[in-house]
Amino acid sequence: MAKSQIALTVNGESVDALVEPRTLLIHFLREQLNLTGPHIGCETSHCGACTVDLDGKSVKSCTVFAVQANGADIRTIEGMANADGTLHVIQEAFREMHGLQCGFCTPGMITRAWRLLQENPNPGESEIRYGISGNLCRCTGYQNIVRAIQYAAAKLNGVPFQEAAE
Amino acid sequence: MIPPSFAYHRPSSVKDAIGLLAGFGEDGRVLAGGHSLIPMMKLRLAAPPNLVDLGGISDLKGIATDGGDIVIGAMTTQHELIGSDLLGKKIPLLRETSLQIADPQVRYLGTLGGNVANGDPGNDMPAVMMCLNATYQVAGKSGERRIQARQFYQGAYFTALEPGEILTAIRIRPPDEGHGWSYHKLKRKIGDYATAAAAVVLTMKGTGEIGSAAIALTNVAETPLYAEAATRLIVGSKLDAATVKQAVTAAEAITAPASDRRGTPQYRTKMAGVMVARALAQAAQRARGG
Amino acid sequence: MNDMTPTSAERAEKLEGMGCRRKRVEDIRFVQGRGNYVDDIKMPGMLYGDFTRSPHAHARIKNIDTTKAAAVPGVVAVLTAETLKTVNLAWMPTLAGDVQMVLADGKVLFQNQEVAFVIANDRYVAADAADLVEVEYEQLPCNVDPFKAMADGAPMIREDLKDKHDGAHGTRKHYNHIFNWQAGNKTETDAAFAKAEVTIKEMIAYPRVHPCPLETCQCVASFDKIKGELTLYGTFQAPHVIRTVGSLISKIPEHKIHVIAPDIGGGFGNKVGAYSGYICAIVASIVTGKPVKWVEDRIENLSTTAFARDFFMLTEMACTRDGKVTGLRCYTIADHGAFDACANATKWPAGLFSIITGSYDFPAAHCSVDGVYTNKAPGGVAYRCSFRVTEAAYAIERAMDIMAAKLKMDPAEFRLKNLIRREQFPYTSAMGWEYDSGDYHVAMNKAMESVGYRQLREEQKTKQEAFRRGETREVMGIGVAFFTEIVGAGPSRACDILGIAMFDSAEIRIHPTGSGICRLGTKSQGQGHETTYAQIIATELGIAADNIMIEEGNTDTAPYGLGTYGSRSTPVSGAATAMACRKIKAKAQMIAAYMLEVHDDDLEWDVDRFKVKGNPERFKTMTELAWAAYHEVPPGMEPGLEAINYYDPPNFTYPFGAYICVADVDVDTGETKIRRFYALDDCGTRINPMIIEGQIHGGLTEAFAIAMGQEIHYDEEGNVTTASLMDYFLPTAVETPHWETDWTTTPSPHHPIGAKGVGESPNVGGVPCFSNAVNDAFAFLGSTNIPMPHDHWRTWEAAEKMGLHG
Repeated sequence: MAKSQIALTVNGESVDALVEPRTLLIHFLREQLNLTGPHIGCETSHCGACTVDLDGKSVKSCTVFAVQANGADIRTIEGMANADGTLHVIQEAFREMHGLQCGFCTPGMITRAWRLLQENPNPGESEIRYGISGNLCRCTGYQNIVRAIQYAAAKLNGVPFQEAAE
Repeated sequence: MIPPSFAYHRPSSVKDAIGLLAGFGEDGRVLAGGHSLIPMMKLRLAAPPNLVDLGGISDLKGIATDGGDIVIGAMTTQHELIGSDLLGKKIPLLRETSLQIADPQVRYLGTLGGNVANGDPGNDMPAVMMCLNATYQVAGKSGERRIQARQFYQGAYFTALEPGEILTAIRIRPPDEGHGWSYHKLKRKIGDYATAAAAVVLTMKGTGEIGSAAIALTNVAETPLYAEAATRLIVGSKLDAATVKQAVTAAEAITAPASDRRGTPQYRTKMAGVMVARALAQAAQRARGG
Repeated sequence: MNDMTPTSAERAEKLEGMGCRRKRVEDIRFVQGRGNYVDDIKMPGMLYGDFTRSPHAHARIKNIDTTKAAAVPGVVAVLTAETLKTVNLAWMPTLAGDVQMVLADGKVLFQNQEVAFVIANDRYVAADAADLVEVEYEQLPCNVDPFKAMADGAPMIREDLKDKHDGAHGTRKHYNHIFNWQAGNKTETDAAFAKAEVTIKEMIAYPRVHPCPLETCQCVASFDKIKGELTLYGTFQAPHVIRTVGSLISKIPEHKIHVIAPDIGGGFGNKVGAYSGYICAIVASIVTGKPVKWVEDRIENLSTTAFARDFFMLTEMACTRDGKVTGLRCYTIADHGAFDACANATKWPAGLFSIITGSYDFPAAHCSVDGVYTNKAPGGVAYRCSFRVTEAAYAIERAMDIMAAKLKMDPAEFRLKNLIRREQFPYTSAMGWEYDSGDYHVAMNKAMESVGYRQLREEQKTKQEAFRRGETREVMGIGVAFFTEIVGAGPSRACDILGIAMFDSAEIRIHPTGSGICRLGTKSQGQGHETTYAQIIATELGIAADNIMIEEGNTDTAPYGLGTYGSRSTPVSGAATAMACRKIKAKAQMIAAYMLEVHDDDLEWDVDRFKVKGNPERFKTMTELAWAAYHEVPPGMEPGLEAINYYDPPNFTYPFGAYICVADVDVDTGETKIRRFYALDDCGTRINPMIIEGQIHGGLTEAFAIAMGQEIHYDEEGNVTTASLMDYFLPTAVETPHWETDWTTTPSPHHPIGAKGVGESPNVGGVPCFSNAVNDAFAFLGSTNIPMPHDHWRTWEAAEKMGLHG
């Protein structure tokens, strides 16, 4: 099948590429752009390990064709750190709160958490759980992921983090 | 995991889209939000040689008022539905339903048009549209027409759409102010298709009697079901226990659920009934201002 | 010494040794998306492999036509069983003494079994071509019911074993029979039952489930024709075993095979054994001369790789009228699928199932397990189970509740009456296991007090009365589980995998400037080894954990080990780490004595230094000694500061715990809400409490999923109906309950640092706790046993059968 030309921005950099129409965005990112942060955990759009931020939306990049992302502005986990290379508050928070174990869901989870906190800078626990319901984790049981996002929210809002009693 | 090959087209107008589809015939399919079609293609259950992406057609977006109706562009995403203050105020049933569809990522891209037009009995919006007595605005080679949601669904993945027609907008007359509503969805986990779900809209007189009502069911047959008999039973009543029980029986009677990992047909029929009862109670409470 | 000198405590804190909540080293790369997982690997000229799989559960293959597939541009080769036969690899040995088809040889035995392997220059092309392999099948009657496997006339699954009456574990009594294995004393147990005052008998079924790690199984095989060397990257929980097995079956000498397990996205036992994909990728690389990558889909993973459980345990208990247990008997049918690919130690085809007497003082017990073949995927031992310990714990904890109900005793009180007492440790069970340590009563009482158990029972009573009066449609359940598990396989006298003893290893080298590297034979898939092993070394050697690099997974550099599963890393390699440290410390002490011109015995250890007794201003820190080891060793001593230890554990370890769950069930929908879950775990010495909590959260979430809806289900035609995440229940953050964790600490007396391991405890104790909660909710209405999974429709059906829907 003839390839299509696409032009988009990924993590702040302009990208020009040729893709088959059927090339999934996740494969384009991982294989052609060597951004192997977003992962593949299923083929039925359930697990969210492939989550990226596309034009201000959290999107499962396994369920988007690269051609649909023509002209888009995409951010992946690789674009999360600060310009000076230091970790983003959310990345720090995940480490601080032990919000990851095998690390496979983590890029998608952090990318989603980032957009979640844009949508709602001060989410309560149930809002966080609902807000990450498109991201599956098999290792952590979510509890420390929720704490990480609460911790990040507190830091971003400049308030002390209230550690809930266990 | 890997979809089959196809040729990709991205028209910028409804007219162009229709023209392309007419040319492709059975070899063309529309791509809306993609979150029903692309997973099917990845499992190789669908292999359309041509995809017509509607994402570049601005006429298919937007939520507007027209006379006493609200007209929602077919490419409006679930996320946009949830965020609409107009819809939240006038037709809160939509937001309540939308929040129970899939997950945040899918809602960012999944469209109302996609959810109502592909005939998947598991989709939530069709029953809600039947409940709201919505009208689908459709465009094709032979022009535009309107189809009532209550007449639209003919079988699993089989609707009143003619080949080459696309859904352009959904037109809804908002229920009267002060109405009660509820979408009660039983599911195995958040975002799952319904084990059984009931959509209810009703109005209540000052005396507590039901003035008007509509009840519809999701995923307990090959199509969404408008529960006409159950609806008639409750109008004029005060939703006393006996009447609700009758309505539940009437609703159960029209179901013919599939057997799957959500449960046996018998269970799902009973759950349709439970969802109807609970949706009625919640709608009534809201109508009373609770 | 003055006020500025740090105290011992301050110095110890800086080391971040055992007991502290050290932040994880591996997080730094993971939170930046810079992990190195198998599918991230790209090699020049790399090809991709994909399988054509059988739609049928049981069929003869009449013909395979690969012409169309091979003609697709970009396809390099198509392998079938015929191709593999030319290199004697159409079949491969399993870890359970059976053999398994790599590609279907004349027959397919389970749905989605591998039939052909397509190799192409692009993964999309490989997928297209895999669809074009044409296979002609002649369907055969299939059987997916283990209870029908040994019936007269049952479909014969394994024609290749037709005339083999002797299996890997003794005589086979039917063509679909694999083994019978027994433990305990049948005579004594039968006698106990014969004179028992009260008995119960119940079929306790543990359905088939699957570990479903978020990353599926995958590998990149690269055979260098010129050197005759194979490099194999893969999702391997046991990389050395893969290397040895790979060498035995491929005939490539072991020193020419480099197996590397990079970052692994979760294992849970799914990634222990060898799969067709690995073998086919290796053969493909040999045949094509290029690296070949194989990555499976989720559906492939769920429907064909190592499943878990599928144990049907007819469990009986004998008891005195006043609640003292006198006997336990269990007859189990174990469904192993089409090939016995269980990763058990050789002597135990049913793993460590004989831990079934659990935490209770049974004077007599006996169990018998029959393994059978069916038309299902092969495997069996996986999913945080410690080799069938989850099954055993489920049986005993359910049986305890069932007996308590029959005796009209509170389930917690019944347990307290029968828990092994502190004075009895080390305790030898009726099955012959020597439990190392425990204070069960303290743990149980602590748990009960923490949740306010008595008040919960009172609340439950009130709610039961309200239900009977029709005031509520909710029933409340309190689940109790007190589990003992057996982990840390294992002592060489008892445990081997394919003849290799189950020791494990640590090799530590300290560099001149005082930092070091430790390489081990285990392999983390998320357990935080890079963080925790360094903590052990920090405490043992007084070198800051941040100054110790931990390496696992590269078989060229790591000392031989049996890998990570069955919670064995801490008990075995953790011990090896401590032992290696002590060798280094002993050498360092001699160097210190030499430098300080005192006798070895004149020195005492203080956190990070040797001080002269009575003269503490004279000391040498480990950092100084490291430098000295490279230029100032005593005459006759070798320079350098390193040691290796291969640790053969003297015994297993026995972590235990007390879990209590409160659940509310909506009788009209069958929905269960977990109101509260409290987990007290005793894993001996706690190396990193933060990581332990994370393990408990994760294991309990898996247990929740199993108990409340997870199932690998086959219909009567052998179709897998739960092969994708649409239907295989993985809870999101919304369904997952909040977890409360607590602990007691009874160190293992035989372990160098007293640690027992903890990764699997939550799955062992969690599942019965949830199941007991749901069962307890209905017990007051006369229900004896509602089987798992407790999903909505089955819970509703139980209520329906009890006439609760009016």
